[in-house]
Order: sequence, then structure tokens, then C-alpha cells
Amino acid sequence: MKFRGKIMDPNCIHHFSNVVNTISKLVKTCIMRITEDKVFFILSERVNDGGAQIWCELPQSHFFDEFAMEGVSAESNEIYLEVAPDLLVRSLRTAHSAKWVKVKLTKKNFPCLTIEVDLPSGSVHQRLVIHDIPVSVVARKHWPDFTEPEMPRFDVSIAMPQMRLLKNVVDKMKNLSNYVSLSANNSGEMKVSVETDMASISTHFQNLFNPSWNKDNTQTQAPMSQDRDPQEFATSRVDIRRFAQFLNSQQVNPDRVICNVVHHRMLHFFLLHDDVSLQYFLPVVSR
Amino acid sequence: MLSTQRSDDDDQYMLVACLDNVRNVSTILKAIHFKDTATVFASPMGLKITVEDAKCVQANAFIQEAIFHHYVIKEEQLAFKINLTVLLECLTIFGSSSMPSGNTSLKMCYAGYGCPLILMLEEEGVLTDCNIKTLEPDDVLDFDFCSSNVINKIIMKSECLKEVFSELDVTSDILQILMSPDHPYLQFSTFGNAGSTHSSFPKDSEMVESFQCSQTQTNRYKISLLKPSVKALALSTRISIRTDDRGFLSLQYMIQTEDGQICFVEYYCSPDEEVDHNEES
Repeated sequence: MKFRGKIMDPNCIHHFSNVVNTISKLVKTCIMRITEDKVFFILSERVNDGGAQIWCELPQSHFFDEFAMEGVSAESNEIYLEVAPDLLVRSLRTAHSAKWVKVKLTKKNFPCLTIEVDLPSGSVHQRLVIHDIPVSVVARKHWPDFTEPEMPRFDVSIAMPQMRLLKNVVDKMKNLSNYVSLSANNSGEMKVSVETDMASISTHFQNLFNPSWNKDNTQTQAPMSQDRDPQEFATSRVDIRRFAQFLNSQQVNPDRVICNVVHHRMLHFFLLHDDVSLQYFLPVVSR
Repeated sequence: MLSTQRSDDDDQYMLVACLDNVRNVSTILKAIHFKDTATVFASPMGLKITVEDAKCVQANAFIQEAIFHHYVIKEEQLAFKINLTVLLECLTIFGSSSMPSGNTSLKMCYAGYGCPLILMLEEEGVLTDCNIKTLEPDDVLDFDFCSSNVINKIIMKSECLKEVFSELDVTSDILQILMSPDHPYLQFSTFGNAGSTHSSFPKDSEMVESFQCSQTQTNRYKISLLKPSVKALALSTRISIRTDDRGFLSLQYMIQTEDGQICFVEYYCSPDEEVDHNEES
């Protein structure tokens, strides 16, 4: 198994760091899957732990100037590693003024993801900083646990409102309740609410965009067939800390964050920023 | 523009109060937020919110009707008990005051005994509705503090006291306040593990606006009861300190809201029972 990649463009280094940073705000450990074309960050939580799932996909050519990998075998030309994204974040933090960053799979006493950062030091010299991040290699037999979750058959698809207000509101609601309900309809309305013995609080957003989806799950501008009452709300009640974590993980303002609501089943968040896609599946909390 | 509720719907309410900047209310309430519950009294003059502790200290926040651009009440007095922590979370739902990027408007409605307090807040076209349970109001203490029994009264600029109060030695159980027509005039003392600390202010200090002391009085108050008053002091521009013939303390704070209106907060505190008042210092 081999993996070697080099990022030379400062914008790419910065963007890659942002992606890893976002992931680190959502999970403590995750799976990093490396294929010929893409790098993935995957979370597939057990139902007992909440059942959340994350699927983040980066086209490698968008970031790496040099990229070479050799998977477990010729037929299974992929590598699955279990990694703590926070450690990646910390090593990449030194890279913001780097000339280049190399990411390599190495073996010290145990498998590592080695991050090499070439930093300017004075006007002439260069300084090489090397971080060895311990990882575990995920055996082939476990790979089926980490397949791409299917896009759910949602009841309502809606663009999230501006993050600043929503973040503030949810952070406050977190002080009052462990659960939050998110409701949305096809008329561009979204409600975020909490209910306790003492109080019920509901925040309403309007004039939000309802995207339409083609059968192949690409977005289209054409209006969706309206066999659903546009005023009718679909609702899911989820863990508020997870939801707040997701809102707070947004580093850069992505073009758009879409929320797909599967009534009483789950919330599916989808965002696309500069070729990197992130999906966050948050199932409802059972009553 | 405020939420779409028409004025006809307002008929069902005993109290409807609206203002453009919710921080004018939330800031004052934070100054008395040292317990979870508060009693709200509404009258045609405005709102009085009371918080008490240990039957020894009481804080009152006065938000007069002029603070609201719309204030309609159908009774002489309405009273209910409410969870102040929850109320403040709702009032600051769009974020805490430190980043005032936009104004959040507030409409407050109360339909009467047993009904919840309804808040409608709006910022940048986003509406939040809150429905907060109200409870049977408790009797509040009457400190029976009237001007005719006031022995000593000092009105000062808050500035100089802010440092004194924020640096109070917390290893001291009590705060001793001396007020006297003679030197040292006004003195705050603590007696902690590291020793005693005294801060004095001469009566002719430029910080002192009014000095009316007829008798030397030394009174002691539990620091834990007075600590919360520091919040009110921090917000205030002026403070009046009064003690009466029983050694009861009245602290009144003049607070200016963001929009330049004046509100008052007062703290009453009974002296620490273990010590005689009117001791010589």
C-alpha cells in the first residue's frame, strides 16, 4: 500500500485545511479513504451512538500537484485509514505560509500519515517540519461499513438560511433543550423550535430557496412536480448539540447549504464548495 | 416592521408592550439576574421586575412605560412569577448584546392570570415566537424603606465604585459600609484571609454629587448577597447609597439604555444579623 501527494498551491493548501478543519469540528475520528481520483472523509456511526453519517468527497486533482497511490490490491485499488482529523488540522496549521505540503503514508513503529511542510525560514533557507500522525489501516473486510449512504427520499428540500442568525438562535436554544425540531416546506419556509416544560420557542425563516432535484440527484432549476401541498411542513427532531456543531463547523460560506427533510426520519445536509461536497446525515432522536 | 399580528388580535391581551431594541430591556434584566425566578409587576407606569434571595436581599428593575413605543395595559396591576433565566435566553435569542449588528424588536403580550408570557422578536425579517409559562406570584418582601427613616444618603458617580466593588475580597464574609458626617465620610471595608481592606471617599471628592449624612453608621452586609449588585453598578452612571435607622441598605442605580433612556435598578439588603449596627469604626 502506498500513498504520496504534494500540494503546492497556497490556495489549495488553505482550502484543504478548511475542509479538514470542518471535519474535525464534527467528529473525533473518521475514515479517510483514498482512491485514484478522490479523497474521502467518512463517518458511519453506530445506531447506539446516534447513527449520524458524514460523507465528504474531494477530487484529488483539485488539490494535489502530485498524487500517487497503490491500494490494498489491484482489484481493490483503495486505501482506508482511521484518523483523528484534529491531528491533521494541527499539523496543517503550520502550513499556511508553506511552499508545499506533502502527505504520505508511512510506517514508523506503526502506520502513520506523515505531513511534511516546507516553510520559509529567513530569506534564503527553508525549514522542513514533519508531523507523524498515527493512523490505523482499515481491513478490506470492513470496507462495506463505509459505503456512500444513499440520498434519502426527502419530503422537502430547502436552502438553509443565513448561518449567523441561525447559529446564534440554536446556540441559545441549546441552553434550554437537548433536542431541536427543524421543519420546512416547499414555500421557502423553515422553522427551528424547542419545547420544554417551561417554554416553547420557535424561529421562522422565510423566502428560502427550494431547490429541485433531477432523478439522478443533480440539481435543476425546473420547478418540482407539486403533488405535495407547498404549505405542508416536514419535520425532524434531532440532537441539538449535533445540529449546533454542524452549524458551527462551517468555516467558509459555501455557495449554498441544502437541507433535505425526511419527515420524522432524518435531516440530510448537503453542501458544495469549490468541487468539495459534504453530506451530513442526522437521524431523528427517538422519543 | 414588526410581526404580522394585527391590533385586533391584541384585544385578547391584558398587556401589550413593544419596543424597537430588545437590548433596552435585556440589559436591565441581566443586572438583577442572580436567581432563576423573578416576579413581574405590570402597571400603567411600566414594569417592575423583582428578584430576591434568602429573605435578605431584593433587587428591583424598573422599566417605565416610556421605554416602550407602544404600551397598553388593561388592569391597574398584573403580577406573575416567571423563570428569569429562560426569559433572558428568549430576549437574547438572536445573540448576546456584544455584536449589535442589527436591531431586534420585541413585542410582549400577556393575556392574564394563568396565561403564558408571549414574546415576539424580530431581526432582519426573521421572527422568533416564545411562549413562557407563568407561575403564581409569591409575596415579595417589603423592606419598608422610606425616606423619613433614612439616616445617611450619598449620591455618587458610579465610576469610582466600580473598581471597589469588582475587587471585593471574596474571602471576606462581609462588606462593611461606614457613612459619617465626619472623616472618613464613606468607607468600604472587607476582612479576609489576607487582612482587611478599606476604601474611602472624602465627601468633597468630585465623584460625590450629594452628601447628606447626619450620623455615623457602620453596617455590615453579607458579601454574597451584595455581589450580584456589581452587575447593576457596572451598567450605571450614578448610584445612591442610603441606610436607614435599622441599618438596612438601599442602593439605587441610574442606568442609561443604548437609546439614551434612563432606567433604575435598586438593591435592598438587610444588615448581617450577627453584628450590632451603629458600631464605632
